[in-house]
Amino acid sequence: MKHTLSILVENKPGVLTRIAGLFARRGFNIESLAVGLSEDPKLSRVTIVIDGDEHPVDQVTKQLHKLINVLKIRDLEPGNAVSAELLLVRVAGEGDKRTEALQIAEIFKAKIVDVDRRAITLRVVGTNDKLQALLELLQPLGVLEVVRTGTIAMGRGRG
Amino acid sequence: MTPDKRMKGSQALVAALEHEGCEVMFGFPGGVAIPFYDALYDAKKLRHVLVRHEQGAAHAADGYARATGKVGVCTSTSGPGATNLVTGIATAYLDSSPLVAITWQVRSDLIGTDAFQEADITGITLPIVKHSYLVKSTAELPQVVHEAFHIASTGRPGPVVIDVPVDIALGELVYHDADTLDLPGYRPTFKGHIKQIRAAAKAINEAQRPVLYLGGGVIASEAAPEILRLAELRRLPVVTTLMGLGAFPETHELSMGMLGMHGTVTANYAVHECDLLINIGARFDDRVTGKLKAFAPHARIIHADVDPAEIGKNVSPLIPIVGDAKHVAAGLIKELEGMEWPAERTAEWLARIAVRKDEFPLHYEDPKDGKLAPQLVIQEIDRITDHDAIVCTDVGQHQMWATQYYTYRYPRQFISSGGLGTMGFGLPASIGAKIGHPDRTVVDISGDGGFQMTMQELATAVSYDVPVVVCILNNGYLGMVRQWQDLFWNKRYSFTCIEAQPDFKMLAEAFGAVGLLVTEKGEIEPALREALGCGRPAVIDFRTSPEENVFPMVPAGSEITEMIGGHGRQGRKS
Ligand SMILES: Cc1ncc(C[n+]2csc(CCOP(=O)(O)OP(=O)(O)O)c2C)c(N)n1
Ligand SMILES: [Mg+2]
Repeated sequence: MKHTLSILVENKPGVLTRIAGLFARRGFNIESLAVGLSEDPKLSRVTIVIDGDEHPVDQVTKQLHKLINVLKIRDLEPGNAVSAELLLVRVAGEGDKRTEALQIAEIFKAKIVDVDRRAITLRVVGTNDKLQALLELLQPLGVLEVVRTGTIAMGRGRG
Repeated sequence: MTPDKRMKGSQALVAALEHEGCEVMFGFPGGVAIPFYDALYDAKKLRHVLVRHEQGAAHAADGYARATGKVGVCTSTSGPGATNLVTGIATAYLDSSPLVAITWQVRSDLIGTDAFQEADITGITLPIVKHSYLVKSTAELPQVVHEAFHIASTGRPGPVVIDVPVDIALGELVYHDADTLDLPGYRPTFKGHIKQIRAAAKAINEAQRPVLYLGGGVIASEAAPEILRLAELRRLPVVTTLMGLGAFPETHELSMGMLGMHGTVTANYAVHECDLLINIGARFDDRVTGKLKAFAPHARIIHADVDPAEIGKNVSPLIPIVGDAKHVAAGLIKELEGMEWPAERTAEWLARIAVRKDEFPLHYEDPKDGKLAPQLVIQEIDRITDHDAIVCTDVGQHQMWATQYYTYRYPRQFISSGGLGTMGFGLPASIGAKIGHPDRTVVDISGDGGFQMTMQELATAVSYDVPVVVCILNNGYLGMVRQWQDLFWNKRYSFTCIEAQPDFKMLAEAFGAVGLLVTEKGEIEPALREALGCGRPAVIDFRTSPEENVFPMVPAGSEITEMIGGHGRQGRKS
């Protein structure tokens, strides 16, 4: 099962290196990682998605807690959290293919952010599952390039 | 309290170190370290010991820390000076030793330009430190030092690196002692949860075949008095790890000695047969557990550790307790004192252990080549120092014999690189230990191989009059590796024979130390007495039997009862 860890850290130099270094040293794989400032400019929030079947999440969080600059870690349960990821995808599209791509974009509420003669670029926000579904539908049309931000997530209600 | 004063960063660093109670530091200067060394020149309280290689500085500071329980401090210049500290920092990290390493760095504006002697030491040491700082302003220096000492010495202790660009030393500040901490992400748990402690006490009270398994955490948290009381209260037989030697007196009838790869038959069998294993401050290391799946197969497991990440890392305990050994042991005593307990409950178990101790003592035979038995040399050191010396070791066979044949009676008496297994640790560590305890006898038990890795520190011992006694068990081999080749690699001694050996006696004399050579049994005692009594650093070259092996031995990855050479008095295979 995938786990989404929301980690509140002090906004100090090298914090991200420490987190990434810890994952590397302990042999934990990161599926995605997103960082940005939090509500407090002194603190940043890191969202990391890991495969819980591969590594005991418990051990990952305990090791993370030992980093002096890590303040708080939450293992966000999917049912109890909202999550989103931003995706940019360029799809080959001329003639019928373009029409099909536009229809798919419509269904997924994707914005067309760039168009040229041979391709269109879509921007879409959604859960990891939704983005995965979109990419699968676009695949036969010819996906030329994909850029994703990685999931960010927040607990529901009072965090 | 130092009065607030305008001063340079370099002077502020000296003041801050003195404020933390640092009396001595070990180091080696260089270009960007000059401003700090200039301030050291005027230091009133802080002593600096000039080593001969930065690795020696880190190990000496570590040895000082392990012997005294205080934070050890070392310093180096940037680049090669800093990278020379790395082995020492890793050694301290793996054994959770409180070390503060101050590395000097190129000017802030040059960082990242591959400047002369620039090395990214905070980056290089990232996986082997508890925490590190790259100092950004002169003003923050006192605070950084205060935090570094706090982090290094509390919770699970460990090394902290402070990397200081030279311009920070040259800048000015108004100095105030730093006395407050701003570490919102660092709050180690000391007190075990009372519910867990109660559950553990109940399990201990009910156990018929309990074993108390002690690690370095007992020593780090100064818990030995509580542990002794706890063991006696329920008559718990005790095994210790290498890092735990001295946590419980080996002269005590409940002591079964060390467990694991070179542990005693009694210790390993007790762990195998016990119905309750009480781990306090140890970490189920692979050198202890052997094949993990077969470790303590009949036991319910209690695991108390100040580091929550250790709990469940290798073994999932039935009763986890996050807390330091001292609090946990005190809590257990309090609970147990209120419970009824019939002494018959464990009587049969204790009787079984007593029989086994008698039947399977550590033993060795006199070498057939007429050379010295290394075990006998250790026994003689043990006897002549009255089981009372601080014993530092290097890494290899001599280290294992030192665990087996010296009698450790109290914490901080045995100082050895357990986790990293760093050859070259012994001599510099013993210098640090002796500086920390000038009135105690300090012996370094070393191998002929490892001694040559840091033997230049003999010059340090001589120049500061630090009378350590180095006992080299000279077998002419990288003995521990040769032993594995002997047992598991068809005796193919590939590059483990040290062919061109220096004359250690002459070498010692060249350094200005006392050098002695011992080849006969009868010379052991007089040589030891001379070295211990001369009041100068001394080296004794003991010519031991070259192909002697350390037994018992559990091959790596085997069950801990699968011991080679563990046979007892009757020569029975166990
Ligand atoms: C720095 C370092 N390099 C290599 C090793 C691997 N190693 C472990 S024990 C050993 C042999 C040590 O030989 P010596 O110092 O003569 O001690 P002996 O085993 O003979 O007592 C070696 C090479 C190590 N532990 N540390
Ligand atoms: Mg040797």
